[in-house]
Amino acid sequence: MLVPLEHVIALSAVIFGIGVIGAVTRRNVIVILMSIELMLNAVNLALVGFARAWANPGGQVFVLMVITVAAAEVAVGLGIVISLFRNRDSVDVEEVSLLKW
Amino acid sequence: MSTGAFLFYLFAAVAILASLGMVLNIRNTVASAMSLVVAMISLGAIYVLLEAYLVAAIQIMVYAGAIVVLFLFVVMLLNLRSDVFPVARSRLPKIFGIVLSGWGLFVFLRLLRGTLPAVSPAPEGYGGFRELGKALFTRYVLPFEATSFLLLAAIVGAVILAKRRID
Repeated sequence: MLVPLEHVIALSAVIFGIGVIGAVTRRNVIVILMSIELMLNAVNLALVGFARAWANPGGQVFVLMVITVAAAEVAVGLGIVISLFRNRDSVDVEEVSLLKW
Repeated sequence: MSTGAFLFYLFAAVAILASLGMVLNIRNTVASAMSLVVAMISLGAIYVLLEAYLVAAIQIMVYAGAIVVLFLFVVMLLNLRSDVFPVARSRLPKIFGIVLSGWGLFVFLRLLRGTLPAVSPAPEGYGGFRELGKALFTRYVLPFEATSFLLLAAIVGAVILAKRRID
């Protein structure tokens, strides 16, 4: 392996943290979805790193599963965003409080 | 340092900078999506360096191609103005969350050193189409088939959500 496994996992953790910050602080729904994609990418990086470390293709198979889940999530999420924009004329998460009591 | 290790750290830096650019850019959503493309392509290059060739190809095609195009399509369809988001009303929970997750990340990185097992050498043909396809259709065939149900449900959900009004 070119670099120690620790460095791969550290990079994955840092990118995941950046994704968390984006998902927590931003108010634009589309950017929040993008931050979630970034977190899924960080998880994929960790899976690929572990798969390489143990020379086991199972990790890479599950990366393909995660990519499929991400694609499905984006399709449904953007459908919700379009429907929200039609009803509220905004993509600001602070204006969406349908489920708040 | 070998060329491969240098390329790993180079692409790691590009990925981190592009992710920061995506999260911190509060003016322009299209620029955020473009930063996301840069981050995903750098991660694809890192996959190549980790000998996951098929995953790297799919990363470029599906993530940097299809998913980001979907984001750009929606951003341009909705025609968002850049200055419609004033300062958030309640900031304290967010700042608390950032500090807490940053502290968790710091502890994780401290604990990471020297706790992982040794790396085994990759066999011939590791990460290529043949080995991954074999694993996908023998040992992991059940999750692979379950994925098709997930995609079907997502297609139906997306069509229904985009078609009707919620109220």
